[in-house]
Amino acid sequence: MTVSLTLENITAHYGKTMVLEDLNLHVGEGELVSLLGSSGCGKTTTLRLVAGFLEPTAGHIRLGDRDLTRLPSHARDIGLVFQTYALFPHLSVKDNVAFGLKQRGIATAERNKRAMDMVERVGLSGFADRYPANLSGGQRQRVALARALVIDPPLLMFDEPLSNLDAKLRVEMRVEIRRLQQANGTTALYVTHDQEEAFSISDRVAIMNKGRIMQLDTPEVLYSRPANAFVADFVGFENVIEAVATGEDGDMILAEAGGALLKLPKSHFELPGKEFLLAARADGLTVTAAPGEGLPATLGLRTYLGRAYQYVCETQAGTLTANGPLGAPLETGANAVLIPQPEQCCVLPREAL
Amino acid sequence: MKRKLHPALIAFAVLVFIFLTGPLVIIIGSSLSSSEFLEFPPQGLSLRWYENAFDISAFRRTMGTSFFLAVAGTALSMLVGVPAAYAMARYRVQLPGWLGNVFVLPVLIPEIVLGFSIMKTITTGYEVPVLPSLLIGHALLVLPYCVRVTGASLNSFDFSIEEAAVSLGCPRWKAFFIVILPNIRAGLIAAFILAFITSLNDVSISLFLTGPGVSTLPIQLLAHMEQFFDPTIASVSVVLMFITVGVMAVVERTLGLTFLTK
Ligand SMILES: Nc1ncnc2c1ncn2[C@@H]1O[C@H](COP(=O)(O)OP(=O)(O)OP(=O)(O)O)[C@@H](O)[C@H]1O
Ligand SMILES: [Mg+2]
Repeated sequence: MTVSLTLENITAHYGKTMVLEDLNLHVGEGELVSLLGSSGCGKTTTLRLVAGFLEPTAGHIRLGDRDLTRLPSHARDIGLVFQTYALFPHLSVKDNVAFGLKQRGIATAERNKRAMDMVERVGLSGFADRYPANLSGGQRQRVALARALVIDPPLLMFDEPLSNLDAKLRVEMRVEIRRLQQANGTTALYVTHDQEEAFSISDRVAIMNKGRIMQLDTPEVLYSRPANAFVADFVGFENVIEAVATGEDGDMILAEAGGALLKLPKSHFELPGKEFLLAARADGLTVTAAPGEGLPATLGLRTYLGRAYQYVCETQAGTLTANGPLGAPLETGANAVLIPQPEQCCVLPREAL
Repeated sequence: MKRKLHPALIAFAVLVFIFLTGPLVIIIGSSLSSSEFLEFPPQGLSLRWYENAFDISAFRRTMGTSFFLAVAGTALSMLVGVPAAYAMARYRVQLPGWLGNVFVLPVLIPEIVLGFSIMKTITTGYEVPVLPSLLIGHALLVLPYCVRVTGASLNSFDFSIEEAAVSLGCPRWKAFFIVILPNIRAGLIAAFILAFITSLNDVSISLFLTGPGVSTLPIQLLAHMEQFFDPTIASVSVVLMFITVGVMAVVERTLGLTFLTK
């Protein structure tokens, strides 16, 4: 049974503070969507709303054709993996995993069998009788996962499930989570503030800021075509330059930015308006010795990246970060021009952040 | 390398040890005396005062009452105190900060005042019979221990396991019993033992609330002492002491008392 999760116009408050504002989110059947954002942006709050630990002040939550909004938490049938794992300290691994089955009134024999099967699936066969206090972080994480999976919920939710693990285990476990989620075809909502983790595990990622979703898209689209300056900054576009379109020249768009005339190929860019923002990664602005056609800049600090040199550049459009080729390092104080590389740049609407 | 201890430190430790164990040694010693008077060191050894203690029916009766009060009073108090402690830990943010102090009032108010007030309102005011008012008095007396000791283990409690239980299909009320309580067992046992001993040894509250025909063992001891100054009271004290130790031992055996050393 696969179902979709829908959050419609959700607003949530803690006391008088608004934490989520008119949030809309759809997670398709069998899809894994991540909520990605900095600390305090409302990721956990969103999960708590869906789990029923918090009531929205407005809006609806639907799972398949069920309206969850006013349903008590214990009747929602959602598997939840907590950041701190929240294992029951007084129960063995096996009993932790069997807990949800017991609540569903499943007979002892079948319960034990299903719990043991799941314990085995997460690779803890030898640990079934241990207590959580005697497990490593990674093993606890597996128990938490098994406990949520065994009830075979239509929806799985994860709240930064890997943040307490070391880097190597984090990569291993996220592959594991993805594998189990896909094998069961379970719909999943996954919270993290690690961009790499979100992008590697998800079908789609929602980038959040201050209680709102700034963009919800596939990792590929987010990475190459952010919809606004916030997302651009989030996915690593170091430079956001204000620009104004001034005309056209054949298949080129002419634009003025930082006191210079830029030519942008029409095939790559679709301007959101006359005034727009040009976003570029450091790799998307090539530093070349002046004179030349591009954004004039005075070079500041130079750092060696291995594949290129990176320069801090003072321009009329502000301080930018740009890369130059390895062959000819330029000195601090030199005049140079920055040439935008269309494949590594994108245009954004100019609006208040 | 052996650590060198300062002689003054050793002397101090010995003094503290004597101070703590001295009274016990004196009581046990004088209870074994064969003379007619409470004295130490004992004159000759005998168990006659133990015999005498068990012969006096008032002691047997009041010991029963005392145990009943300690068990029932503590149980009653836990019934109120544990949910209160839970609520105060769980909803710390929403509840006012002074609320916790309300539950400590019975130890802050001088016991004489507390006993007198309870007598005035319950026994005299509402004409509640002696035993029930004793029960209410003892439950009130031990409430601070029940709330505070249970509260201490709930303050560091990770309530996300409660949410985990709920997310796995367990209703909130049930999660309290099958997830919260088992994990604060050590605190519950500590609270029970402290409350039990406090109730068992109480004099000042019981002094006001005991009435015709119903008394507690400490009050009976007091009454006995006013008439006879023989070693019977010492032997009763020793019996009381050993029963207390016995109760703690049983609790430790069955439930584990490691929390006292941790
Ligand atoms: N119980 C609470 N009472 C009041 N405010 C709260 C409460 N819990 C969270 N908040 C506030 O709500 C906002 C969103 O919190 P939330 O826990 O959803 O953030 P998050 O995105 O999960 O952050 P993190 O990555 O740090 O876990 C924060 O500003 C936080 O201060
Ligand atoms: Mg969070």
